[in-house]
Amino acid sequence: MTIGQPLIQARGLVKRFGDFTAVDGIDVEVRRGEAFGFLGPNGAGKSSTMRMIGCISPPSGGELRILGLDPVRDGPAVRARLGVCPQLDSLDPELTVRENLTTYARYFGIPRRVARERAAELLDFVQLTERAESRVDPLSGGMKRRLTIARALVNDPEIVLLDEPTTGLDPQARHLVWERLFRLKQQGVTLVLTTHYMDEAEQLCDRLVVMDGGRIVAEGSPRALIERHATREVVELRFAGDSQEAFAGKLDGLGERVEVLPDRILLYVSDGDAAVAEVSARGLDPAGVLVRRGSLEDVFLHLTGRTLID
Amino acid sequence: MTAVTGRTATGLPRVPAVAVCAHFLVNYRRTWRAGVFSSFLLPVLTVVGFGYGVGAYVDQGVGGVPYLWWLVPGLIASTTLQVVVAESTWPVHSNFKWVRTYHAQVAAPLRTGDIVAGHLAFVLLRVLTSVVAFLLVAAAFGALRSPWAVAVAPIALLLGLAVAAPVFAFSAWVPSDSYLALLFRFAVIPMTLFSGVFFPVESMPAGLRPIAWATPLWHGVDLCRAATLGVAPQWSVAGHLLYLAVWAAVGWWLALRAFRRQLVV
Repeated sequence: MTIGQPLIQARGLVKRFGDFTAVDGIDVEVRRGEAFGFLGPNGAGKSSTMRMIGCISPPSGGELRILGLDPVRDGPAVRARLGVCPQLDSLDPELTVRENLTTYARYFGIPRRVARERAAELLDFVQLTERAESRVDPLSGGMKRRLTIARALVNDPEIVLLDEPTTGLDPQARHLVWERLFRLKQQGVTLVLTTHYMDEAEQLCDRLVVMDGGRIVAEGSPRALIERHATREVVELRFAGDSQEAFAGKLDGLGERVEVLPDRILLYVSDGDAAVAEVSARGLDPAGVLVRRGSLEDVFLHLTGRTLID
Repeated sequence: MTAVTGRTATGLPRVPAVAVCAHFLVNYRRTWRAGVFSSFLLPVLTVVGFGYGVGAYVDQGVGGVPYLWWLVPGLIASTTLQVVVAESTWPVHSNFKWVRTYHAQVAAPLRTGDIVAGHLAFVLLRVLTSVVAFLLVAAAFGALRSPWAVAVAPIALLLGLAVAAPVFAFSAWVPSDSYLALLFRFAVIPMTLFSGVFFPVESMPAGLRPIAWATPLWHGVDLCRAATLGVAPQWSVAGHLLYLAVWAAVGWWLALRAFRRQLVV
């Protein structure tokens, strides 16, 4: 593989399960050393894409190359160079924290002595050294996730795949995971992650794609996506009374877009304070006013809609 | 902090199935003491209970040998069945569903066949230890009547594979663990009762005997009995071995398919 060639390259990638098309022709390129995110609501096709990249799900169509290799023909050779942190825990609850790493290391042909050293380093890295001899069963969710991340690093992978790495964790545990992942990125490891947490994507991803219904609906850096699909600032207005709708007409022409929600009205503007002044000038007196920066969440909701997908 | 990445990439294990088997052995290390205890205790209890208890009522023995001598090889074969089914039902189902060990393994550079082979190897090791323990107990009771008794261990391994492989397929294939109980009710218990372990198949009505002959257990029982008593089996040895090998081969093929269906989708 030549330098500069993308580590992961997908063209028109498709995954079908019977009649259902989970991934519907996506183009993706992930370059060495970047943190790349797949964002999207549940059922958008993120996990199916990750499983294809992880070489455990053969594509139904299109082209996929990982590390320059074919994921179906060269599955084991590719997987030898990947680290996978799955969405659902797959640690062995009966083994100790350390044994979970050393037994997994053997799947990569790592000699026992090297595996022991490696386990010690990784336990230090994910701050589990004190629990090394503890069984996995009683560990907290955050500890288990950190151990899963350590296990994904046992073969010194070139790409680490993280499927919703912080789903279900409390805020302290999430921040610790983010901080460790950020360190990995600094060490030059290529990270590919899925998430539906916008703050996670903003914190970690250099570049991301937003998926919806199996397709990519937007692509770029978090900043570029906000610039393109949202505004610099957002004003949230809450009016007293049952219906926000009644006030919407009086806000016409304010900012780039006005969105009416059941409990509040959002104004997408470049200058929040100026917009608030204009609202007062029109004789409106909202019960609550909040000016905030445009966020990836605005982009996400704008692109994938507010309808609940179950 | 030392960098946790950046060194040379590692490759593949030389024999991937051995790495898989090693995982299950490390896991087993937690409970092996209880396992060893029951490996000796159960044979003693069954030999005393059935061999002497029931044997006291069997005055003429069976086919000219005391009931205890006749019974012990059947008990060894049925113990093999018990160990295999216990190790191939919930543990296999759980590795897909709850503990998800197989999912972790398939994400590493292992193939489905490595996973099936590695776990089957572990189950056969459990069979081997149980059977060796039983043979020691049987020797202590004077129930091994021929040097051919050493052949019981390889016979038990073949019987173990002939049962474990299709049960692996079944446990991988069923959508819920409640099906596993059906296997005990409709396969293991009838097989144990009617495959010539406790009484000769010939004492059953002629119409039912073919059912016993169809089970892998009866073939294991007949071979084990021939080995410990030093007599010729009722079937040809080659016929027995071939029949068990067919069960093992078809079971292996089914297990591979069922595992792939779960892991590679």
